[in-house]
Amino acid sequence: MRWPGGLRTRVIVAFVVVAMAAATAASGAGYVVARGSLIEESQQRATDSLRDQLTQLAPDVTYPPDQQALDRLRRSIGDDALVTFDGMSASAGSALGLVSDELRAAVATGDGFAVQRVVDDSGPKLVMGTSMTLTGLDGTRSESGVDVYVIQDLQRLQDQLDQWTRVVGLTIAGALPLAIALALLISRSVLRPIRGLRDSANQLAHGDLSTRLSPTGRDELADLATTFNHTAAELERSVGELQRREADARRFAGDVSHELRTPIMALTSLMEMLEADARSRSPDDAQMAAMAVGQTQKLARLAEDLLEISRLDAGAAQLRPEMVDVARVVADSLQLRAFDDGVELRTHAPVLARVDVRRLDVAVGNIVGNALRHGRPPVIVDVQVDGDDIVVIVTDHGPGIPDDVGPDALFARFYKSDASRSTSDGSGLGLSIALANARLHGGDLTACNTEGAGAQFTLRLPRRLDDDDPPPAPPPPDPAADGHPGGDDGRR
Amino acid sequence: MPRILLVEDDDSVRISLAKALGRYGHEVDAAPTGEQGLRMYRERAPELVVLDLMLPEIDGFEVCRRVRAAGNVPVIMLTARGDDTDIVGGLEAGADDYVVKPVEPRVMDARIKAVLRRGTPAPTEQPSTASFRDLIIDRASMTVTKAGREVALTPTELRLLLELSESPGRVLTRQQLLESVWDHSYLGDSRLVDNGVQRLRAKIETDTTAPVFIQTVRGFGYRFGPV
Repeated sequence: MRWPGGLRTRVIVAFVVVAMAAATAASGAGYVVARGSLIEESQQRATDSLRDQLTQLAPDVTYPPDQQALDRLRRSIGDDALVTFDGMSASAGSALGLVSDELRAAVATGDGFAVQRVVDDSGPKLVMGTSMTLTGLDGTRSESGVDVYVIQDLQRLQDQLDQWTRVVGLTIAGALPLAIALALLISRSVLRPIRGLRDSANQLAHGDLSTRLSPTGRDELADLATTFNHTAAELERSVGELQRREADARRFAGDVSHELRTPIMALTSLMEMLEADARSRSPDDAQMAAMAVGQTQKLARLAEDLLEISRLDAGAAQLRPEMVDVARVVADSLQLRAFDDGVELRTHAPVLARVDVRRLDVAVGNIVGNALRHGRPPVIVDVQVDGDDIVVIVTDHGPGIPDDVGPDALFARFYKSDASRSTSDGSGLGLSIALANARLHGGDLTACNTEGAGAQFTLRLPRRLDDDDPPPAPPPPDPAADGHPGGDDGRR
Repeated sequence: MPRILLVEDDDSVRISLAKALGRYGHEVDAAPTGEQGLRMYRERAPELVVLDLMLPEIDGFEVCRRVRAAGNVPVIMLTARGDDTDIVGGLEAGADDYVVKPVEPRVMDARIKAVLRRGTPAPTEQPSTASFRDLIIDRASMTVTKAGREVALTPTELRLLLELSESPGRVLTRQQLLESVWDHSYLGDSRLVDNGVQRLRAKIETDTTAPVFIQTVRGFGYRFGPV
């Protein structure tokens, strides 16, 4: 799950939560303890002072008291008091209303003082009640039946407690920005190297292999930075090595191209002349000369295929797309290779697409050539439009692809369907080159067996009708471009 | 018998190709270096040059540029590397056509004949002279004048102009032009057309950035006019 704001937010939130919890727990506990003792103390003071007062007043009370005596007693005690005796009562202030039955019962049954805290409209109050005792002349004490209740205002105590609460609240509130500031500080010190790492990793991903971190300190993050630097250095080294090898391979392809083509070119010229001479001598000579010409052509094709695949491997192959009628290119491709016999082209021309003509030609030539060699005629070549793609389907009527041959093997280099065919015309690179050319277009080449017919190869290329044409004139000089020219010169 | 200059540094290729082309009825002068090639070009005045691009000292591109600067003799490049830079560079240096090694002599012969054919008048039903603004094309004498001065065109450029101006306003695809001008019936290289058009424009257009005569129809090809 991705948190909004990422690591920084998480660190800050965690820090604040911990700080707040600690501050609240500490001040809360202190508050509860202090409040308890404060209340206890003020209650004790109130009951002590009432006891003293009653002790002083008791001798003046006539017994059993009448209503006047109760009133007098009540007045002597104070403004907020209630005195009861045997159904009579004298009260003033809010006392009558605040004395609950519970308290009365507690006073009636209990010894000493009963207290209860109540809250009315004017604030918190302490209600104390006690029964007056009679002390006989002989010193014996007995219940007088006179109950005295006194209300003590606790507002001041409450104010004090409120003050404390505010102080505690302020303390916690004051801790909040402190916690955030601290969290920011820590998160920055942790996050800065992490961000640096992220940025560097990004640069690395975008191909800047020379990016490095400068580790500070001796912590885990510094270790990570060092490891990162090692990784980047290693990566730079191996990529550099790969690029060097690729450049070597590309140069090699160019060199070999020249080295091979020149002698083959001389051979081609010489063989053509020798064959013409041999035809005028014996049929034996003519046959041998024809074989020599055939082998020279095969050698030329093999060299061409090898060069093509080494260029594709080296990544030197570049697409030179132009808007063409694919049906027309396929038709030309077949005619150029004299694939007229046994090949039937089915198409609804024109089928416009932006493709590399030479590469399409090579792919079609190789696929159809393969079908003619390994399948049986008629070979049907069908050119269609399928959505945003053009599809060239080549179907033969041979035995099909053996079940134990997967597509990987089929398109592998030098794969031959059976050992005895190792001397056939194919170089064994044809399908592999066709597939590579299809992929260079962003397309694909697949193979399957059809019901009733033989093998079916489907070449699929994107049409790219919406792409912009490069300006046709002047032709852009493109030194990185590749490919030998469109004409199949001398390779028929 | 057409006289041809073959410049090729590899002995076996030069000797065998010269002999083979001789059998096809060409009179071949062969030179192993660019320097000797240029000297032979001046001495022998060939009708066509077959030029290898990879030459010691003065390379094929430079030889091509000098031949082009000296006149309108067509040049066919012989390239050995499957490298587009060679082809593009050669076309920019002014070559009319190119073949990739290894090439069979009969294919080479066909190319040579096709290039030479461009310089001869083709039968046409059009009136022999047509003028468009300050451009006058004479199909009978195969001459073109621009603003009263004769324009020197290579056979390829001339054939390209004749082909396009025969039906002003009609779009011709690169493929059509490759067939009618270059005799490349199958899968010709459209860069030949683009380069030919570029060179032709430089000779007949007043402002090559805003061509009046030969206009590009993007994605399709070229059109003459409408003027």
